[in-house]
Amino acid sequence: MDRTIDEFAAAVGTVDAVTVEGAATRGGALPGVPAVNAPAGIVRIDAAEMVLECGAGTPMNEVHTALAEVGQTVSIPSGGTIGGALACGISDITRLAHGPMRDVLLQTQFVGASGKVTKAGGPTVKNVSGFDLCRLLVGAYGTLGFFGEVIVRTRPLPRSSRWFTTDSDPFELLAGLYRPVSILWDGKTTWLRLDGDPGDVDVAASGFRLRQVDGPPPLPGPHRWSVPPGELRALRSEIPGSFVAQIGVGVVHRVEPQLRGPVDPAIRQLHDRIKQHFDPSGRLNPGLDPLAVGIRS
Amino acid sequence: MTDEVVAALQEQIDPARVRSGATETRLYRRDASNMTGQAGVIVFAESTADVQAAVCVAARLGLPFLARGSGTGLAGGAVPPDGAIVISTSKMNQIISVDAENRQAWVEPGVLNLDLSKQVAHLGVHFAPDPSSQQTCSIGGNVANNSGGPHCLADGVTSAHVLALEVVLPDGSITVLGGEDPEQNGLDLRGVFVGSEGMFGVATKVCVRLMQNHPDVATMLMEFDSVAEGAQLVSDIIAAGIVPAAVEMMDQLCLQAVEAWLHAGLPTHAAAALLIECVGAAGQVASEMAQIRMLAAARGVANVRIAADEGERAELWKARKGAFGAVANVKPNYYLHDTVVPRARLAEVIEKVYEITARYGIDVINVFHAGDGNLHPLLVYDAREEGTIDKVHDAGREIVAFSVAVGGVLSGEHGIGLEKRDLMPLMFSEVDLSAQEALRLAFDPQLIANPNKVLPNPATCGDMHEVPDGAWI
Repeated sequence: MDRTIDEFAAAVGTVDAVTVEGAATRGGALPGVPAVNAPAGIVRIDAAEMVLECGAGTPMNEVHTALAEVGQTVSIPSGGTIGGALACGISDITRLAHGPMRDVLLQTQFVGASGKVTKAGGPTVKNVSGFDLCRLLVGAYGTLGFFGEVIVRTRPLPRSSRWFTTDSDPFELLAGLYRPVSILWDGKTTWLRLDGDPGDVDVAASGFRLRQVDGPPPLPGPHRWSVPPGELRALRSEIPGSFVAQIGVGVVHRVEPQLRGPVDPAIRQLHDRIKQHFDPSGRLNPGLDPLAVGIRS
Repeated sequence: MTDEVVAALQEQIDPARVRSGATETRLYRRDASNMTGQAGVIVFAESTADVQAAVCVAARLGLPFLARGSGTGLAGGAVPPDGAIVISTSKMNQIISVDAENRQAWVEPGVLNLDLSKQVAHLGVHFAPDPSSQQTCSIGGNVANNSGGPHCLADGVTSAHVLALEVVLPDGSITVLGGEDPEQNGLDLRGVFVGSEGMFGVATKVCVRLMQNHPDVATMLMEFDSVAEGAQLVSDIIAAGIVPAAVEMMDQLCLQAVEAWLHAGLPTHAAAALLIECVGAAGQVASEMAQIRMLAAARGVANVRIAADEGERAELWKARKGAFGAVANVKPNYYLHDTVVPRARLAEVIEKVYEITARYGIDVINVFHAGDGNLHPLLVYDAREEGTIDKVHDAGREIVAFSVAVGGVLSGEHGIGLEKRDLMPLMFSEVDLSAQEALRLAFDPQLIANPNKVLPNPATCGDMHEVPDGAWI
C-alpha cells in the first residue's frame, strides 16, 4: 500500500470536519471540507482462500485485473476505488445470481470519528464473531467511519460467460432458466447473461432460442428505482425503452428520480442514534445523511 | 417481583400463555449449551402483538428479556439472565406468504428450518442455510445467530438469505428492516440485525430468499491416510476454481462412531474422509466431478465412493449430520467448538487439536466444514469423572486461541453467546469492541435485550454481565 493505515488515521485526526476522497466516480468527496485519501494498493490475493486484501483507495480496475490473472473476480462494480464502491454499497447488474455487493466485505480496518483504527469482521469467508459491523459500514457513505483496508470475498471466474438477447417474456425466463446471472428487460427486449460450463450455456441458449450479443444494453440513468420484484410486471403498461429493469431483483434504471415514501420514525431514530454513538460531533462527511442519499447509477 | 411481572403480562397476553411455574422456568433456563440461567417468566407468543406486549412490560420495568426459538443454540445465547422474561416464538410457526416467481417467502420466526424447505419443495426451491440441527432449529434462531451449515460454502450463510425483518425493538416499537425491494435508502439495518444474538430486538416476521433447486447433484466420499492429505486436496480444489456446494471432513474416530451407529459403509480404517457435493447444470457437475477426481488421483487418493442414487446420497448426508448424535457411543458428554481457520492452515490446526487434547487426556472427534475452514472439534468426556470439565474447558480455550492466532475467528456459525464472550479480546481490541458496543447502545439504550452476551466489557452493564449460576464457559 502507498501509505499505512496509521498514517491514514493520523490524517483523519480527532477533531474538525473531514471527508474522504477516492476517484470521484460515485459523487466524490464533500465540497469545502478537508479531504483525506485512503491507502491504495493490493496487499495479497489468495485464490485458494478466495480472498483479496487491499487498501480502500485501490482502483477497482486494478482489483479486477489482478484477480483475473489468478482466474478470479469479485462482485463489485468496475470504476472508482474499492472503498468508494463499498461506501456507496450499490450492486452491479449481476445481483440476481451473485447477491448484493454488501455480502463481499469480510473484514475492514476503518478509521472512526475518534481517529482510531478499528477492526470489523474477520478474515475468513465464514464468521459470526460479534456484531456485523461490516454490513453497517457498507452503504453508510463514510458517515460512521472511513474504510482504510478491506478484505473481500472473491470467487472463481466462470468457464463461460455470455450475454444473449430475446423477445421472450422475461418472467418466463426467470422461471425456466437455472440461475441466470442477469435478466434485463426494457419492456420489449430481454437481455440475459448465462455463466457456467460452456455446454450447459449452449443447451440453455438453444432451448430458449437466445441470440448471443456482445453485452448488456446501455442503462438509462442516472437513477435507480427500488421496487419489489413482484411489482415489475406492472412495467408492461409503460413505454418500452423508457426503463431497463433487473428482473427478479427489482432495480429499475431510469432517467427520472424515484419518489420515495416517508421514513418510518423508528428507522430515523435508529439512524440518528447510530450516528450519535459513532460520530457524536458529526465530523465524518458532515451533513451527509444515508437515509436521504438518492441511489444513483 | 415475579408476581407483578406476571400480572402486567397477563393484562395484555392470554394468561394461559404467561407461565412462571417451576416446571416451565426450569425447562427454559438453558439451551443446547452446557450453561444454565434462571428464567423469570415465559411468554408463549402467538403474534407480533404478544411479543410487543412482553417487550413493553420489560422496558417499563427495566427487566431483561430474550427471545427463544427452538433452543438448539450451542453458545448459550438463549440462556436467560436471572429473572428474565423469556419470549418463546415457537408457536409463531406459520409460513405467511410465498412469492414463487421471485422466490421469496414471509415466514414467522418459529417455522423450523427444514419444514420451510419441505413446504416449498413443490415449487422447486429451498432455504439454503442448513445447520445440522435443521430438523429442530427455527428460522428466528437462524436469524439471531446468522446460522450456516454444510451447503453455505457456495450459497452463503443466513444473512445472504434474509431480505427483510419485521422486528420489535427493545423499546417496544415495531418496524421493518430491509425490504422486498432491493435498494432502500439508509444503513443496512437488516444486515446488522442478523447475527445480533437477540440483543437488538425480536424478529417477528422474516422475508427469506428461496434458492432454485439444482438440476443435477453428485456426491462422493474419499478416504485419506491423514487429515493433512485431505486438507491439501480441499485447497487444490478451490485453487483450481471449483467451489463445490459442500466439502465436509470426518476424522477416524468420527467415522468409527458414526459407522457403529448408522452402518453407512463408512471407511473406518481411514484417517479421514471427505464428503464432497457438486451441484448445478449437468455439464458443470460432470466437469467438476472429473476435475476433482483428477486432483485426487494426483494426490494419490485411491478410494472414491460416488453415491449411485438419491438413497445413497441421503445415507452419506445422514452419516455426516448424525455425527453429533453418534458421539453418545463414545462418551456421554461433548463440548463442541466452532472456530474458522484459513484453509491453508487446516492440517496444522487439526494436528494441534490432536496434540492439545492428547496432552489433557481427552478424546476428540473432528467433523467439520473443510471447504470454508470451519472446524468443529468435539471434545468428548464423561462429566461424572472428577476434574474432567476443567480439562475440557482448558483444552477448548487453547484450541480457540490457536485458531485465532493462525488468522482464524472465534465462531463460524454458532455465535458468541455466553460461551465465547470472554474470548472476544483474542480477536478484537478494546477499540474494536467499543464500536460493537456503540451499535448495541443505539438499538438498546436500556440494555435489556438478552444482556450479558457477546460483549465482554462490563463497563456499561454493571453486574448484568455476571455469568449465571452454574454456567461454565
